[in-house]
Amino acid sequence: MADPRTGSSARSPAGSSSGSSAESSSGSSPGPNGGHHTLCAEGLTLAYDKVVVATDLSVAIPAGQITTIVGANACGKSTLLRALARLLRPRAGRVLIDGESIHRLPTKVVASRLGILPQSPIAPEGITVADLVGRGRYPHQKWFRQWSSADEAVIAAAKEVTGTLDLATRPVDELSGGQRQRVWIAMALAQGTDLMLLDEPTTYLDLAHQVEVLDLLVDLNRREERTIVLVLHDLNHAARYSHRLIAMSDGRLVAQGSPAQIVTESLVEQVFGLECRVIPDPVAATPMVVPVGRHALAALETQPYPCPPEPNGASPVERGARPTSGGCA
Amino acid sequence: MKALLERPLGTRDPGPATAAVARARSAGRARATTVSAALAVAGAVAFAVSVSAGDFPIPLVDVVPAIFGYGNADSDFIVRTLRLPRALTAVLVGAAFGLSGAIFQSLARNPLASPDIIGITAGASAAAVFMIVAVGAGGATVAVGAFGGALATAVAIYLLAYRRGVSSHRLVLVGIGVGAVLASVTSYLLTRAEVFDAQRATVWLTGSLNGRGWEHVRPVGLAMMVLFPAVVALARPLRALQLGDDAAKGLGVGVERCRAALVVAGVGLAAVATASAGPVAFVAFVAAPIARRLVKAPLTLVPAALSGAVLVLVADLVGRRAFAPTELPVGIITGVIGAPYLLWLLARSNRVGRGG
Amino acid sequence: MSVAVGKIPRLATVPVEGAARPGPLLRRGLLRRRSWRAVGLVAVAVVVALVSLASIAYGSKPIPFTTVIDALFAFDPTLNDHLIIRSLRIPRTLVGLAVGVALGLAGAVMQGVARNPLAGPGILGVNAGASLFVVVAIYAFGIASLSGYVWFAFAGAALTALVVYALGSIGREGATPVKLALAGAAVAALLGSVTTAILLIDVATLDQYRFWAVGSLAGRDADIVGQVTPFIAVGTVMALASGRLLNALALGDDVARSLGQRVGRARVFSAASVVLLVGAATAAAGPIGFVGLTVPHVARAICGPDYRWVLPYSALLAPVLLLGSDIIGRVVARPGELQVGIVTALVGSPFFVALVRRRKLAEL
Repeated sequence: MADPRTGSSARSPAGSSSGSSAESSSGSSPGPNGGHHTLCAEGLTLAYDKVVVATDLSVAIPAGQITTIVGANACGKSTLLRALARLLRPRAGRVLIDGESIHRLPTKVVASRLGILPQSPIAPEGITVADLVGRGRYPHQKWFRQWSSADEAVIAAAKEVTGTLDLATRPVDELSGGQRQRVWIAMALAQGTDLMLLDEPTTYLDLAHQVEVLDLLVDLNRREERTIVLVLHDLNHAARYSHRLIAMSDGRLVAQGSPAQIVTESLVEQVFGLECRVIPDPVAATPMVVPVGRHALAALETQPYPCPPEPNGASPVERGARPTSGGCA
Repeated sequence: MKALLERPLGTRDPGPATAAVARARSAGRARATTVSAALAVAGAVAFAVSVSAGDFPIPLVDVVPAIFGYGNADSDFIVRTLRLPRALTAVLVGAAFGLSGAIFQSLARNPLASPDIIGITAGASAAAVFMIVAVGAGGATVAVGAFGGALATAVAIYLLAYRRGVSSHRLVLVGIGVGAVLASVTSYLLTRAEVFDAQRATVWLTGSLNGRGWEHVRPVGLAMMVLFPAVVALARPLRALQLGDDAAKGLGVGVERCRAALVVAGVGLAAVATASAGPVAFVAFVAAPIARRLVKAPLTLVPAALSGAVLVLVADLVGRRAFAPTELPVGIITGVIGAPYLLWLLARSNRVGRGG
Repeated sequence: MSVAVGKIPRLATVPVEGAARPGPLLRRGLLRRRSWRAVGLVAVAVVVALVSLASIAYGSKPIPFTTVIDALFAFDPTLNDHLIIRSLRIPRTLVGLAVGVALGLAGAVMQGVARNPLAGPGILGVNAGASLFVVVAIYAFGIASLSGYVWFAFAGAALTALVVYALGSIGREGATPVKLALAGAAVAALLGSVTTAILLIDVATLDQYRFWAVGSLAGRDADIVGQVTPFIAVGTVMALASGRLLNALALGDDVARSLGQRVGRARVFSAASVVLLVGAATAAAGPIGFVGLTVPHVARAICGPDYRWVLPYSALLAPVLLLGSDIIGRVVARPGELQVGIVTALVGSPFFVALVRRRKLAEL
């Protein structure tokens, strides 16, 4: 399996690590070796009220890897993630965590193994960053032992890692979109689960922060072998930072596999309806999508404009505002 | 989590950061404790003044002995039979409304929610007016009737709104419908009554602590003893619920069950408080936000209860003494207090620039 | 009637700051096509006509149908029954029609201005203002007649709405829905407290006031018709004309402005129509709260969220409810009567709850 960052092989193939470390006990925390929790879905049919959103989804989330669900808008990516996180009860099929149905386990047990950062989380009015990140420790607290030093340390580490230490006393309402997102990620980190599911964690972030967050997730994956499942819009980020992609279209699973297998011109056309060229990313050597589109500005200067036949022979380019040396050939 | 502690991802030593987090947390807690203590002191002062003031004034120094029965016979009687139960009812009712308001505002994620939303006050009012006008009851019987009315209404609304689950908007709409029916029943009773019964009923409907004796203190006291610890125990899941259903579920909160428990507790508190003092529900609306602004945290249950208690005590005192010899019911005073508060909210929403 | 001391703004009547949902109800109504809606409107108009006739024919005194016809076309002033029909029932029906139209329209317009499906016409504090002025009229001026109340109620409603609107307009953005609702709730709380204080001080005032405050069409004669109809007529025209304005406002202030809508003016215009309508209706019949809040929901369920249809439907459905309730109130409690303010909620509420259960009525 290629390392997403450097392109060199650094770990064993995904298949063996997930198969051998399945745990079926209902222990409440990862084992001392960072033992992996497995997550998979069998034959899911998902619906909201009467509208069926997705059918017959069977996915296996390989442990210790980063999996990203990709697809066009409204294809069911977030719905699948929510079903995996037990936020949505499937109409048919089941979700298994460590071999047990996720809806049968007590919710607090699940919360100690799996954490989700939903798409539009709500920050109560007036809450400070410190308070919000602290709420991530809920599954680990009992009413008689509320805040231990371990809790404090985890929170501090989470804030530091996301660069939100300085914001600790500020109200969340006053932060910019990017800062707010990092605070929410800190909260998810503070929950300290082996499995992390994040629904579009890079929305509202500028490119630098997007890359920073994705780098952070890779760090968590590599150093602590956390299993990370993402929903991402940006296909190039998904290709670069994931071990495995799940491509969906119209509520159905189109393909699952490594980025090299998934990000191909034909598949992108099928899933996104976008004509493109796929080239190797010059930095990471993962596949990179270059859309074709109908207009490419630089090319207009040198290439003929694909124009329909004009009755009076004048080319649309000559008529239009942009003078070019070319024209319709 | 050991891994994160042993090999920190950042380059800095997490020690100072951890200490900073711990400091911030204890600072926050200290603030909450200070505010609660200050409110408690204010409440105690208002309590003492409330017991001492009246047509038969008792000097402040004699208040405490009179409460325990060591003053002279007159003071003892007045204090222990009349003023003490009234002041205690004020405290308990205010605390109950304050807590109830805090619960509903957190659950609804709307700072303008109040227990009024599910029409329980309409049910309590209709039942109480019925007891006063048709049955001719007084005192504790009215309170019992009002409580029964509130609970019956809550159950009816829940059942009517239930259709493969209960969504909040359906609950509010059904509450409006049911509340309208109950309000017309109340109106009907008011028009059919003898005028002096109508007057008594109007006083009750305004929210009044007139003639509240030990028979009123006991039910509210009992309810608070049971529900207050329950609500405090539910405070942690409530904090998680404030983050949204999805995030709360992700953190391991049993969302449906916790919400149901909290609603039951909130309704119970509001019902018992309404039964004792009538719908002084402005307290529920106002107490929690005041507490939040004082403590500067998004969820403050004990300070909300204390603010409610102080508010009702002070309002009752003002109503009793400020216009002597006329006594104005406490509901009128809290209404007059609520209006400037709403206007202040208006002005504040202007400044923040997110109004509307 | 609600002895509305410090009536709390319901959760839902005040949108949360910053979280205002600008979109109109997205669900389409039962009648999708324009032709169907037009037919439906005509059908409702026919129902209104039938209910009006029924209101003339039925009442607390059973009068044979033939006598009713005679009273209408062969009036004999010496016959008691004919007098009842002509001078009691016909004016009463006319007032019921006018008040119904006014309340239905005002409720729909208010929900459009407030961008909140749970706003009622009382959100501008008009009911509280009218009540206070009536109480003052009784207490301080000793007024005891219905037509005497009319001007006080109307003045109270108008002044209160003006104050609320002025308070809500303070600040940069002018009168936004949240600020209007807050100002309305504040003023209503204050006025309600004062009203109740006066009622408790003077029993005689309470005795008189409680009959007005319940909302009734009893004893509303031709004088009242003459007093309020001009205002309701003007208000109706203004309200029906604001259909397009409300559609634009429903999209949110910014979008409305970019579409060329003068948002401030649109709001003032619509709010003015509400004040005229509710002021006149309350002055004529006392505060009736349920109709203005729920009839627009029914209208929306039938014809969808386009205000150009919701307004006429509300205007016609509301009198059906009001007059129907009045008839029921008169027939059921013979020889006395049950006031319309009471029956409206009793009749309309089960229907409303059933509607809520079956269809998703409003997004909060």
